[in-house]
Amino acid sequence: MATDAIHPQTHSHGAGSGAAHPFAPRPFVVTARTQETPDTVTLRLAPKLSGDRLSFKGGQFNMVYVFGVGESAISISGDTTHPEELVHTVRAVGKVTNALAALTPGAVVGIRGPYGQGWPLDSARGRDVVIVAGGLGLPPLRPTLYEIFRHRESFGRVEIIYGARTPKDLVFAEEVRTWLQRSDLRIQITVDAAGRDWNGDVGVVTVRIPDARFDAPNTTAFVCGPEIMMKFTAQALAQRGVPTESIWLSMERNMKCALGFCGHCQYGPSFVCRDGPCLPYKTLAPLLAVKEV
Amino acid sequence: MDTLKVGDRRVLERHDFPSLFRALQAKGYQVVGPTVRDGAIVYDQLSGVDDLPVGWTDRQEAGKYRLERRKDEALFGYTVGPFSWKKFLYPSHERLWTASRDGPSFVITPEPVDGPPLAFLGMRACELAGVSVQDRVFMGGPYVDPGYAARRRKVLRIAVQCGQAGGTCFCVSMGTGPGVQEGADLIVTEVLEGKRHYFLVQVGSSEGAAVLSDVPLKAAAPDDPAKADAIVSRAAASMGRALDTDGIHDLLLKNLEHPRWEIVARRCLSCTNCTMVCPTCFCSNQEEVPDLAVEKVERWRRWDSCFNLGLTEMHGQAVRKTNLSRYRQWLTHKLASWHDQFGTSGCVGCGRCITWCPVGIDLTEEVAAIRTVPPAPATSEGKK
Repeated sequence: MATDAIHPQTHSHGAGSGAAHPFAPRPFVVTARTQETPDTVTLRLAPKLSGDRLSFKGGQFNMVYVFGVGESAISISGDTTHPEELVHTVRAVGKVTNALAALTPGAVVGIRGPYGQGWPLDSARGRDVVIVAGGLGLPPLRPTLYEIFRHRESFGRVEIIYGARTPKDLVFAEEVRTWLQRSDLRIQITVDAAGRDWNGDVGVVTVRIPDARFDAPNTTAFVCGPEIMMKFTAQALAQRGVPTESIWLSMERNMKCALGFCGHCQYGPSFVCRDGPCLPYKTLAPLLAVKEV
Repeated sequence: MDTLKVGDRRVLERHDFPSLFRALQAKGYQVVGPTVRDGAIVYDQLSGVDDLPVGWTDRQEAGKYRLERRKDEALFGYTVGPFSWKKFLYPSHERLWTASRDGPSFVITPEPVDGPPLAFLGMRACELAGVSVQDRVFMGGPYVDPGYAARRRKVLRIAVQCGQAGGTCFCVSMGTGPGVQEGADLIVTEVLEGKRHYFLVQVGSSEGAAVLSDVPLKAAAPDDPAKADAIVSRAAASMGRALDTDGIHDLLLKNLEHPRWEIVARRCLSCTNCTMVCPTCFCSNQEEVPDLAVEKVERWRRWDSCFNLGLTEMHGQAVRKTNLSRYRQWLTHKLASWHDQFGTSGCVGCGRCITWCPVGIDLTEEVAAIRTVPPAPATSEGKK
């Protein structure tokens, strides 16, 4: 299984491409619900049909369906070595995500996936790794962090920069606290704004990049967060000398079908659902420089 | 009757044309093709020759389409209308599945894809190319669209080579016509010579040959192939538009901030007409349609358009808020990034988007403007 984790399956092996109707979701039962922040929950799901495991790669997503409401593209935030348990961290912002966030154990959701190209962790082997997450950008990075922790010796220095709007918006707070205790990685946490009870850093994540310790030409970076945050983070990393083909961003676009048919998620030449969501800054940079692409 | 092979040519006289309908119907095909309705030549079910646009032609210009009487009784004496064959293979609205509540869970029933095989009668060369572009979209990637694939595999394609071009045609520029190269089961050329009216029929596939086995045919004259070529050449020489495609991929993608986008955006109404009439545009939306009690649910797919704000909406905000960005997305996708995605242009040169644009925006003119007008140098005074 360890080999599988470091050489994860691509989406063509995923359940979404099976003989079943590609638009038909499969039932999964909510087994646990954790309130992460005032508007964000983590749902743990088990397949309702026995043997219906969902192998995935860090950075991939599923279309998650609520009966009578609709579907939403949600990244997978669990552990690739535990395909029997599917984990999704959801912020309630729209019709479907509000319905998802209100679910309690026993409820049934529909799942299609996994879809898309995840983080190319193999390309980071033997190199320093910089992980930059903004707000809800951490959940799609967590499966890959687990893999890095499992194969820690395969990577050089590991730097994590995690930012959120306020301390209340930090997800996986307890788990992140355990990462702070680790001696084999460095983690900087920053918030845009905080009250007096916050002892940590204040400011956007890009401000922390000059302080991060990595050998720039020999570094691979995985960045996920709001587009504007990713754009300036990538610029800052490139400025320090990280090769643009080694800076990966997880793009977010409206996704309806996740199969490359509906056209909604197009970003320049890419279908974000199929060619992304994880895409190299080298190809994204010219598009990020133009408004409303 | 001898057995026909691919490439064989035969003559079908005009008075024998009804037998082609009968042969298709006997083989179980439902014939769809051109017919006059609401002042346009549209594609719909046909029961016989009388449903065809006998003696009609169309006159097209940017933002203008008019039917006119021909001096002859040609069956296929027009170019292309507002419809394309897309609506039969990829319906404008389609139920994908139904679901019913089952305790805390639900049961999904995928929509069965049935219906008779269709015979597309009167496909133009550009339209064959349009279908082959959509084949790549719906059947050529890692996923196959089940509805499209099921319908597409049953279609018989009867192509008719163009003897005239419309005012907005530019298939020659796109390399898709007017002669039919491949992808047809039968290739028909309509010949009107004084009092004689006949069709030169070339076999394109064994399915096409099978249909002809019950149709009265004559041997083709030695000069018939040359006659067909001359008819196609006449159409090629009368193209109403031209598009210089040299280096068009980089030309457009390197000019995303060209001032021309703002000029065309002032005219564009974001009405979506160009994407609805386009034979290759494929964007769609999905809708969850529950009954009142939310016990049964239907999932529908409907055509969408890159000109709709909702296409790029995330968290209540559209990514492409301006007409400029939406027109730019349409044109750069159609003519440039389509190559990256599908290894072909998304444009087949049919000219529908020019004809059916209510304000007459002409993509050939827009590309020419981007090609010839140098980008304005950045000034401190800003874009205005």
